[in-house]
Amino acid sequence: MNNNLIKLYKSLYLTRFVEETISKNYSKGQMRCPVHLSIGQEACATGLIENLKKTDKLFSNHRCHAHYLAKGGNLRKMLSEIYGKNNGCVGGVGGSMHLQDQSVGMVSSIPIVSSAMGMATGNALYQKRNNLNEITVIYCGDASLEEGIFFECANFASLHSLPIIFACENNLFSVYTNIKERQIDSNFKKYASAFKIPYKKIDGNRVDEVYKSTKKIINLVRKKRKPYFVQMDTYRYKEHCGPSDDDHLKYRNSNEVKFWQSKDPISYAKKLMKKNNINEKKIKKIEAKIEIFVNKQFKHAEIDKLPNYKEASKHIYV
Amino acid sequence: MFKRNISFTEAIREAVFQSIKKDKKLFLMGEGVDDPSSMWGTIKGVKKKFGKSKTIEMPVSENGMIGVAIGSAINGSKVLVNLQRVEFALYAFEQIINNAAKTSYISRGKHSVPIVIRMVIGRGWGQGPEHGQSLENIFSAIPGLKVVIPAFPEEAKSMLIASIFDPNPVIFLEHRWSHFTRGKVDKKFKIKKLKSFNKITSGSKLTLIANSVNVLECLRVSKLLKKYNIDIDLFNLCMPNPLDLTEIIRSVKKTKHVITIDLSHIRLGMGSEIISTILENRINLKSPPIRLGLPFHPVPSSRGLVKNFYPTGQDILYSIQKSLKIPKVKFSQILKEYNLKSEKLPIDVPDPYFKGPF
Ligand SMILES: Cc1ncc(C[n+]2csc(CCOP(=O)(O)OP(=O)(O)O)c2C)c(N)n1
Ligand SMILES: [Mg+2]
Repeated sequence: MNNNLIKLYKSLYLTRFVEETISKNYSKGQMRCPVHLSIGQEACATGLIENLKKTDKLFSNHRCHAHYLAKGGNLRKMLSEIYGKNNGCVGGVGGSMHLQDQSVGMVSSIPIVSSAMGMATGNALYQKRNNLNEITVIYCGDASLEEGIFFECANFASLHSLPIIFACENNLFSVYTNIKERQIDSNFKKYASAFKIPYKKIDGNRVDEVYKSTKKIINLVRKKRKPYFVQMDTYRYKEHCGPSDDDHLKYRNSNEVKFWQSKDPISYAKKLMKKNNINEKKIKKIEAKIEIFVNKQFKHAEIDKLPNYKEASKHIYV
Repeated sequence: MFKRNISFTEAIREAVFQSIKKDKKLFLMGEGVDDPSSMWGTIKGVKKKFGKSKTIEMPVSENGMIGVAIGSAINGSKVLVNLQRVEFALYAFEQIINNAAKTSYISRGKHSVPIVIRMVIGRGWGQGPEHGQSLENIFSAIPGLKVVIPAFPEEAKSMLIASIFDPNPVIFLEHRWSHFTRGKVDKKFKIKKLKSFNKITSGSKLTLIANSVNVLECLRVSKLLKKYNIDIDLFNLCMPNPLDLTEIIRSVKKTKHVITIDLSHIRLGMGSEIISTILENRINLKSPPIRLGLPFHPVPSSRGLVKNFYPTGQDILYSIQKSLKIPKVKFSQILKEYNLKSEKLPIDVPDPYFKGPF
């Protein structure tokens, strides 16, 4: 258990520290693209993805940093991409919303809400037709369940019994709009059961629960070649898009914000470790090592060169 | 006429407020229609002023939303749909092209679809391939749609009012950078006729056609050239669909030189359509027509990659020189003056105050 906890904490802390460093340095004006930070939602990514194999495939949306990092995506390439530099994971054409790293199965991030849903379902179809021992995970937000393409894909995945997990991070909001104004309630079981897809709701801020529950689910999906719907309730700390807080806009209830901050996934994981006799000193050591590594990658990205504009007209066709 | 200096954003808002007052049948739909941003302030306070019934907050369901707007409109509602980016409407292409554009046709005029779909066009700050397209040429290829792109605050107000009170579906494209422009705008509510072109400067030497933010750059160039006795007939293509080229034909007959600038890709852009029609009219041009616009590849995110992507004031000047064969000495003087006056700003921001997107 202890080793697992440490592994999970490393992934959580890496994500948190990367995102906070982006947030801190954004105003310097060198990261010149929109950023949708994952701060507060790290455990949804870490807890599930730690159970995946490298060959399993992941798809994501505009808020893709945590997913990319948890899947083992190259940090330097992610940062270089956000800095618009030539070492970026897609050479600077995409920016922060299009992260991918084929070497670890992070297939694609698409910033149009729910747009990656079809591609992910197609990926699962491929895995099934070719008898691969892989599965597909599509990370999506609560709002993505409002697009028609979700229903089309859920129906198809169930009908054809495809090895795909719909991993939905419910942070209660689409930009500034509460889910209450957009859906009849926030229990997504109704969507899954409409297509006879098994469903589980998990506390997305408790990394141990996400980890344990999804381990079983992933085994099942891999063995039975069937879809599964996972709802992870969580909360985003920062503004929808950008490096800052936006609580002064008062679109979220301040008690709600406090409640979720008291459920902070990093603090929670820290407490877990202490309960399991991993002491403060050891934790600090882990954190310090990560911080040194991350700071170094930021330095690299800052000094990477801008890509040559001639690259922009390549790869339109294969 | 009482005109004040207001921003494009305020002009849009004024058009919306005055239109709601004029017509009880009008209401707004959108994602975040009354949120703290309210489409970057352009519809801020509608709910507070006119009540809940005038704003419908929408799930993130663009295809359904536009279908619902159409269905409501054929019964006589007027609907103003608000989308933060043109790309989000792509989920609703079926509704827009099959239903909005064809409802009048297949009902033999019995149904009309008085909806306006406001969509913002992005550029800069690394928006990238799926948040930086404009697609006006795609919408303009569809009969039954009207496509409107204002460049100045005055146009924003008068053309939005005209679009709202037009019985046809209107695609209303606003460049995000246009929102920051300021200008004199009439306070009164007036329903004017929608026109394909607005003439911005008059001249006899060359016909220059552009729209949206490109018009602003053209205006700067035209003003500069006037000092050197090169007067430009500059047109803002503010409604590319339906396209009435009468004024352009008249202008080119006079100038015999023409340059077009597309907001989107040059390939199959508005410039291609305009120049084909000029040639069909047997106008003997004194130099080959020139098309500017975007090269035929997606919009990259990095500021390094958008170098040479968007047409600049210099590109326009060089094209004019090529067309008019301005003597070298004179041209280098012009170029020098242009470079002196235009600030050296980063390629991906409209002005120094712009810090990050929404
Ligand atoms: C089709 C489409 N409509 C609207 C948008 C604008 N938009 C970007 S992110 C977002 C919120 C999506 O909310 P959710 O899926 O819950 O993800 P979250 O941002 O909460 O992580 C919206 C509406 C978009 N990108 N694509
Ligand atoms: Mg959400």
